[in-house]
Amino acid sequence: MSQAAEAAPASAGAYAEPATHLRWRHLKDGLARRLVGIGGIAVLGSLLLIFVYLLIEVLPLFASARADLRAEFRVPGEAGATLHLALEEQSEIGLRVSERGEATFFNLTDGTVREQQRLPVGDRRVISITPVASDREELAAALSDGSVLLFKHTYTVTYPGDKRVIDPGIEFPQGEAALPFMTEPPQSLVVRKDGDRTLFAAVDAQHRIHLRTIEVTTNLLGETTTSPGAEQILDPQLNPDRILVNPLLEWLYVIDAGQGRLALYRLRDDQPPELVSSESVGAAVTQARFLSGGISVLTADAGGRITQWFPARRAETTPDGDAIWYLARVREIRAPAGEVTALGAEQRRRGFAVGTSTGRIGLYHATAERQVLDVAAFDGAVERLAFDPRANTLLALGANGTLKSFTLHNEYPEVSWSALWSKVWYESYDEPRYLWQSSAATSDFEPKFSLSPLTLGTIKGAFYAMIFAVPLAVLGAIFTANFMAPAMRQVVKPTVEDMQALPTVVLGFLAGLWLAPFVESNLPGVFLTLILLPVSIPVLGYVWVRMPARIRHFVPSGWEAVLLAPIVLGVVWFCFALAKPVELLVFGGNMQAWMDQTLGIGYDQRNCLVVGIAMGVAVIPGIFSIAEDAIFSVPKHLTLGSLALGATPWQTLVGVVLPTASPGIFSAIMIGLGRAVGETMIVLMATGNTAVMDFSMFSGMRTLSANVAVEMPESEVGSTHFRLLFLAGLVLFVFTFAINTLAEVVRQRLREKYGNL
Amino acid sequence: MEPAPQTSGNAGPANRNLAAQDLRDVRAYVQSGTPYVWLTAAAIATSVIVVVALLLLIAARGMPYFWPADVVVAEYRDPAHEPVRVMAELVDSEAVLTARLKSAGLAVDDKQALYDRLLIKVGNRDQYGADFRHLLSDWLVDRTTPDDVLVLERTEWGNFYGVPVAVKQDGAVVASGEGTYAAWQPLQERANGLRDEIGDIEKGRIGAINYQLEQLRLDERRLALDKRTPASDPAAHAELAQRKMALDAAYAVLQEELGKLYDGIRRDALVVKMVTGEEVEIPLEKIIRGYRPNGMNVLQKTGFYFVKLWEFTTDEPREANTEGGIFPAIFGTVLMVLIMSVIVTPFGVVAAVYLREYARQGTMTRIIRIAVNNLAGVPSIVFGMFGLGFFVYAVGGSIDRLFYPEALPAPTFGTPGILWASLTLALLTLPVVIVATEEGLARIPRSLREASLALGATKAETLWRIVLPMASPAMMTGLILAVARAAGEVAPLMLVGVVKLAPTLPLDANIPFLHLERKFMHLGFHIYDVGFQSPNVEAARPLVYATTLLLVGVIVLLNLAAIRIRNRLRERYKALEH
Repeated sequence: MSQAAEAAPASAGAYAEPATHLRWRHLKDGLARRLVGIGGIAVLGSLLLIFVYLLIEVLPLFASARADLRAEFRVPGEAGATLHLALEEQSEIGLRVSERGEATFFNLTDGTVREQQRLPVGDRRVISITPVASDREELAAALSDGSVLLFKHTYTVTYPGDKRVIDPGIEFPQGEAALPFMTEPPQSLVVRKDGDRTLFAAVDAQHRIHLRTIEVTTNLLGETTTSPGAEQILDPQLNPDRILVNPLLEWLYVIDAGQGRLALYRLRDDQPPELVSSESVGAAVTQARFLSGGISVLTADAGGRITQWFPARRAETTPDGDAIWYLARVREIRAPAGEVTALGAEQRRRGFAVGTSTGRIGLYHATAERQVLDVAAFDGAVERLAFDPRANTLLALGANGTLKSFTLHNEYPEVSWSALWSKVWYESYDEPRYLWQSSAATSDFEPKFSLSPLTLGTIKGAFYAMIFAVPLAVLGAIFTANFMAPAMRQVVKPTVEDMQALPTVVLGFLAGLWLAPFVESNLPGVFLTLILLPVSIPVLGYVWVRMPARIRHFVPSGWEAVLLAPIVLGVVWFCFALAKPVELLVFGGNMQAWMDQTLGIGYDQRNCLVVGIAMGVAVIPGIFSIAEDAIFSVPKHLTLGSLALGATPWQTLVGVVLPTASPGIFSAIMIGLGRAVGETMIVLMATGNTAVMDFSMFSGMRTLSANVAVEMPESEVGSTHFRLLFLAGLVLFVFTFAINTLAEVVRQRLREKYGNL
Repeated sequence: MEPAPQTSGNAGPANRNLAAQDLRDVRAYVQSGTPYVWLTAAAIATSVIVVVALLLLIAARGMPYFWPADVVVAEYRDPAHEPVRVMAELVDSEAVLTARLKSAGLAVDDKQALYDRLLIKVGNRDQYGADFRHLLSDWLVDRTTPDDVLVLERTEWGNFYGVPVAVKQDGAVVASGEGTYAAWQPLQERANGLRDEIGDIEKGRIGAINYQLEQLRLDERRLALDKRTPASDPAAHAELAQRKMALDAAYAVLQEELGKLYDGIRRDALVVKMVTGEEVEIPLEKIIRGYRPNGMNVLQKTGFYFVKLWEFTTDEPREANTEGGIFPAIFGTVLMVLIMSVIVTPFGVVAAVYLREYARQGTMTRIIRIAVNNLAGVPSIVFGMFGLGFFVYAVGGSIDRLFYPEALPAPTFGTPGILWASLTLALLTLPVVIVATEEGLARIPRSLREASLALGATKAETLWRIVLPMASPAMMTGLILAVARAAGEVAPLMLVGVVKLAPTLPLDANIPFLHLERKFMHLGFHIYDVGFQSPNVEAARPLVYATTLLLVGVIVLLNLAAIRIRNRLRERYKALEH
């Protein structure tokens, strides 16, 4: 290329360019045109790609869920009622336990039997089956002679020849002998295991509840001794049809289906259960079960209503200071038409499925308070519903004896308008709250995805930054553009603009480690400065006016700011010198303590005041630069005309310059706001990063951007949390882009206007 | 605007006063608007003061870090406790109100309104539990600065303050009393030499062997993926086995050498008496440097200052980054910025040339310009998210599946690294380069271009030989501004490749020398990490200030350079226009 290009001018001058050379040059020209065109469009396209990519990551959140029918087949195994349905982790194999104790493992794809095993029940019948631990693989079967058989369904996964083979089987952790519990068939058996303790509970024919705790202790030699506790018999006021006990063995729920009542008892080790509260569900209860995590209880009633309950504390306490518990009716969700005949819960999320007598299945999410899906599955009633542990497959048993397995595409049920923006009553909380708490150590955790505190934090930070920055930047720009001597302006403008290059991590570091402790120990000084500095300047200006002319002429017009620099420093120094005596006299020596006791305002060391100042410093240069340009480019003949007519410089400014330049100042403020909203490092370092819902100047916050910076690296790719973070990013992108575009359009129009003037 | 009618309403008397320029009357002073002018002047004065104060603060806090401060020996008489002897550096002092001290449980005298509270560094963290203490200045009495106080910088537990008592060799005392310091110094130099050798072997040679062993493992896995079993391709497997044996043998030799060096370095120890009277034996292996600040004159201290400064910029960090140097962070920052420049310059220039020279000027180019401008205002963290999601997971993941299947499931490019960080920042700074280059292109007088075309040059030739050379200072300005922005940006890097401590540099002696997939350290992130995530923030603070000073210095210099180039450029075209 370079050789040919060098040859070109010489030959061009000679007018005798060979045709091949000319063609070669034109070829190169065309090539360059095409290359630059491709390159240019590619670069601009890649900028567009950012937006498109963010959108692609976010969109699945709002896609609706799907359930694809995978297979439909007759119930495998012997005839008779099905007491339990379960699925294994990989959604390959299902388990069905019949009333005569036959456990059948079958393929979920076609219903063929993989393995069949009979539980050692002899000629007894199985009455009911209940899960023991929260992982749901350990089950307890109530037998017709009153004894209880514990068993486990297990799956061994091997990879012979790189192919996954799952081998199902039944194990008996307590031995194959059934444990004696009652002398009659136990109705609604509950078995719960917590550490060494196992609790058995069931209802007898006289509507009494039998409770027995068995403790297994292991001594130093590794010998285990089993000590069955005494049997407690509870006679509740209502006729219990169903009982439930939470996994930590603290709460006993007693359900009277006919009367539609739900009573909550507190279980204690040695004492009889204590009634906490008894609530009316509103109609006869048809189904009841725990949600995953074992904190919330769902009831379905004849009115087609699903109600979520859990124990909560009242705001007031007993005279001894103990909490008063009650059974909270948390939320109600409408079921699909028909009587609710089956209720299944996901094992790791707060989702559940509802089956009705009309054969419809509804998929719901409790925290998000939303129906995710509604499918018509059977002509008759739905009898049983079961999820696999990953909630990828739903197995439904119809009253007509067919099983249907559905593949679920339901990755983001947690997202709904109310979950993101409204107050939500989360489990273990005493009232609805706005909370952002995306992850925890346990898989049972109910994620809290309220964007409200993050959005409020973002707005709060930007607001305090703008309060600090706008007056300084805009007023400073006014003086620099309108009054300042040109020689001084040449120094001042680049100095302030240069501050824009200061890394925000530096500002954040200084704010967090220097400014925050400084403000904490000099709070009165900060406030004195904020009040006294603006007041003292006009007063000092008046003093200056009263000075003899000889001194006044010492400072030429346009250099007043230099005169003010020592004065500003002096006033600030004076304020901080005064701060300690003021704190001693007015606030009893400790302003934070005074605020806390007298005004009830808490004080965090890393608070909005600090962030406001630090972020203000970060946005001042941007606002200053654009506002100054706008004011400076107001045509001179306008101002000169106004001054010639006798207006003072200030009157000229207010009457002529500012109205002309105001769109430019507006766009400067917009651009500053855009920067403050998206700023990350300062907020990350100068606040405590707690997601709070208040607007106090003395508390911290958590912003959308800082939240992304903290949580993004640990977020699981493709999860709801991951996509919500992208949503936060998209919101930031769109917001700043819109603000900047608005500012840019305003500025361009302003430029045209100046052109006309 | 609102105030306009108000001024016209008062026009009569106000104007008369103003015409005479007599503002002595308060009313006239206020009506003339002069107070507001003073306010605007105060605003710009405050802004400039904030800028200058910020830079001064950073300099004032960062520079003394390398200065050997005097060590004070004194007695602390807290009325509520037994008096204790203290040996410490005075770090900071502030005035605190008595009420606050009282609420902190100190037995202060109510009659005195204010107390001076000192922050002192007592060091000896392994002995005292904490390096720093807050003491009241009034209670710290009998202050002296004895010459024989020795400050030891150690490889762990931070500084040690004490008086040397004896030197031990293999457990036997070889020097004690007056001559201890003199006898210890050559031994310490020997230990430092051995430590360097150990470091050289461990980091350099054993590191290289480990790298090759890892490559061998990957080669083996690749063979397995290609279904070349030992039976079907015995030659390849034999070669691998041979290479492995050679490496193992080399490793064994080095291991033996290392054992000898360790025996040597562990031979000597220094016994130091703390101010409490207790004697502590410190192996020389753990000591990096010892000095007696109280006995140094200004010249010696200045020399020491520059030694420390050199160490700071060229050494590896120690003790969770709170001590030692920041060389890997400087290196990582520079390398990342270099790679970014290589990417951003051609693309930025091509895009600017397209917009200015080739694209038809109209609504479309206007919209594109606004979009490019606005991208500079998009929060940097959004670029980081894009980098993580698109570059790392999507592009990097695909590269891994296509080219590095042998390493899976461990990702090679499918994890944050320096290449992705550079690409992300290139995207972030693209608008800066485009805007600056476009501005430069727009400033080139039309007459020059027309002259070139009139002489028969094609558009490409005009561009290549006339326009681009003339716009090169503008490109340079854009690039420098981009580099300055990239060097200070942290938020996106936290997502795409920065780590607090990278075990290896992205550039080393192992083929292919430049390891684009590696994670790296960065000055800005170092500030964040050491200042906020470190377990001993108080001890790390001076180091963070020094790092900050370095970073700010580099960025201010870059910006000044950009401004100078821009100004010179403007001058040049002014001359051309006439």
